[in-house]
Amino acid sequence: MKVSQLSVFIENKSGRLADVTRTLANAGINVRALSIADTIDYGLLRLIVNDPARAKSELTNAGFTVALTEVLAIEVPDKPGGLAGIIDAFAECGLNIEYMYAFVGTSGENAIVIFRVEKVDEAMSSLQKKGVKVLSGEKLYAI
Amino acid sequence: MYYWNKDAECVDRGELDALRNYRLLKTVRHAYENVPAYKRKFDEIGLRPEHIRGIEDLPKLPFTNKTDFRDNYPFGMYAVPMDKVVRVHASSGTTGKAVVVGYTQGDIATWAEMIARTLGAGGTCKGDVVQNAYGYGLFTGGLGAHYGAERIGASVVPISGGNTKRQIQIMQDFGSTVLCCTPSYAELIGETAHEMGVDTSKLPLRAAFLGAEPWTEAMRRKIEELLNIDALDIYGLSEVMGPGVSYECMEKNGLHINEDHFIAEIVDPETGEPLPPGSKGELVFTSLTKEALPILRYRTHDITYIDDSPCPCGRTFHKMHRIMGRTDDMLIVRGVNVFPSQIESVLMEMEGTEPHYMIVVDRSEGEMDTMEVWVEVSPELVSDEVRTLENMERKIAGELHSLLGISLKVKLVEPKSIPRSEGKAKRVVDRRELYQ
Repeated sequence: MKVSQLSVFIENKSGRLADVTRTLANAGINVRALSIADTIDYGLLRLIVNDPARAKSELTNAGFTVALTEVLAIEVPDKPGGLAGIIDAFAECGLNIEYMYAFVGTSGENAIVIFRVEKVDEAMSSLQKKGVKVLSGEKLYAI
Repeated sequence: MYYWNKDAECVDRGELDALRNYRLLKTVRHAYENVPAYKRKFDEIGLRPEHIRGIEDLPKLPFTNKTDFRDNYPFGMYAVPMDKVVRVHASSGTTGKAVVVGYTQGDIATWAEMIARTLGAGGTCKGDVVQNAYGYGLFTGGLGAHYGAERIGASVVPISGGNTKRQIQIMQDFGSTVLCCTPSYAELIGETAHEMGVDTSKLPLRAAFLGAEPWTEAMRRKIEELLNIDALDIYGLSEVMGPGVSYECMEKNGLHINEDHFIAEIVDPETGEPLPPGSKGELVFTSLTKEALPILRYRTHDITYIDDSPCPCGRTFHKMHRIMGRTDDMLIVRGVNVFPSQIESVLMEMEGTEPHYMIVVDRSEGEMDTMEVWVEVSPELVSDEVRTLENMERKIAGELHSLLGISLKVKLVEPKSIPRSEGKAKRVVDRRELYQ
C-alpha cells in the first residue's frame, strides 16, 4: 500500500538537476510528482516515478546518491476544505507530518497529496480507520 | 631610528660571531648532556659535542623535527628539571601534533628581550599603551608579547583576541598607541572601525606588530591605510621560542633575526644541504641561549631566504625575507596550525562520511580567514530529510572545532565529486594570496 519515493542528493551546481531529469528521460521513466528541499549548499530532490526500482538503479549508475523512502499517497477531496479534513485526520491520529507535496494528476474526483510520516504502517492503518483513502503504489504508478 | 637595545642590535659582526661560536658550543654540550633524545641522535652518528668547534661545524649536527617533540611528549625535550621550568606553552593539535615547550625564568627574560627589541624597532617605549589582542593561553602569542611590552615599561592592555567592537571602544577610551595581533585580525579591526564610523586618523594608534600567520605586502598597505599606522611583521614559532625570533625595522624590508640568540640556516628542503645567503630554501633554527629547551637545527618547514646586505637602520643582524611558503601541508588559519591529517582523523571516526574530503581556506577582503571542509556523503547516509544531513554537518563541525579550536564550516558534497588524484591527494585549496 505504501509508495516508494526517490530522494536524490544534489549539490547546488548548475546543470545538476538537468543531469537527473535527462537520465530519467533517457531511461523512459515518467516523473509523477516532485519536490525539492534545499539548503545553501545542496538540495534533496524527492521524486515519485512510474518505476522507482529502475529509476534508482539508473540514477545510481549515473553517479547520483539515491535513497528510497516509503511515503503515503492520499486522496484528497478536490473541494474547499478537502485538504483541511485530511490534515485534521492526521492530527486526530497524533501523526506528525514530516513534509508533504502535491501529486500531479487526480484519481476520480480527488486530488492526490504525498505525505511523509514517521511510522508509515501505523499511520496508514489509523488513517484508513478514519476513512482516509490511501492509494497503493501500483495504482499510483499507473495513473 | 628606534632601538630597544642598540648595543646588541648594532653589534660589530666580528664580536657577534665570536659570541655566537661560544654560545653554540655551550648549547650543544647542554643539549647532549641533559636531553637523552639529543644524546641518542649524536651517538647514532658517532658525533661528540667536542666535534663542534664553531658555526662552520653546524651542518654536522642532526636536524630536529616536530616528530622529536611528539616522540618525547610532553616534557622529554627539556634539558632542565621541572622545578626550573616556570612556564609551559603548547601548540595546537591533539592527534600527535602537539608541541609542548617550556621556559626557565632566564628563558622568559630572553624572550621578553626579543619582544622588547621587536616592539622597540617600531618606536614603542615607556608611556605607550600596548593593546595586546593576541590570544592568551597555551598559544605563545599573548603572553609572549605581554612580557616584552612590560619589559619596555609600556602599559599593557591584555585584551586578547575577539570582540572586535570592544577592541575599538577600548582603543578609543584607553588611547592605545600600539596594537599587537595577527595581521588578519588587524585588518578586521580596521574594517570594523570604519563601519562604526570611527575616524582612525584621530586615534592615537601609531603602530601594529603583526605575526603568527603569513601575510602580504598588499595587506600591509591596506592595514596601514585603514588604521593610519605603521604595520610591522614579526616572526617566531613556539619550538624555537615564540614570537620575536625575528622582527622588522621601519625599513619594512625583511625581518632582522635575533642572531645573538638564534642561528638561522637555509637548507635545501629535499636534501637538507645548507644553501648560501640569498638562496631560497627551508629555514632552520638553532638556539644559542635557551635553557629549558635548547633546540639544534630545528626544521621550520617555512620557506624564505637570508638577506645579509647592510640595512639602512644600522642593525647588523641579518634579515630573513617574509615567509614565502611552506614545505609541508600545514595550514595556518587565524593563527592556528592545521594539518589535513587532523581533519582526516575526525572524518574517519564519523559514520556516514567517506574518507574523501577537501579543505578550502579563503580570506575575503577585510575578513578573517574562513575554513570550509567539504566532505563526501556516503550513499548510506543520504536520506530524504535535510535535517539528517544538517545534523551530520553540525556534528562534524563540532568535532573539528573541539579538536582544532577554530570554527569552520562543513559542507556535504556528492559522493565522488571531489577530484581523485593518482598521486598524493590534493586535500587543500588555499585561496588566500599569502606569499607574494
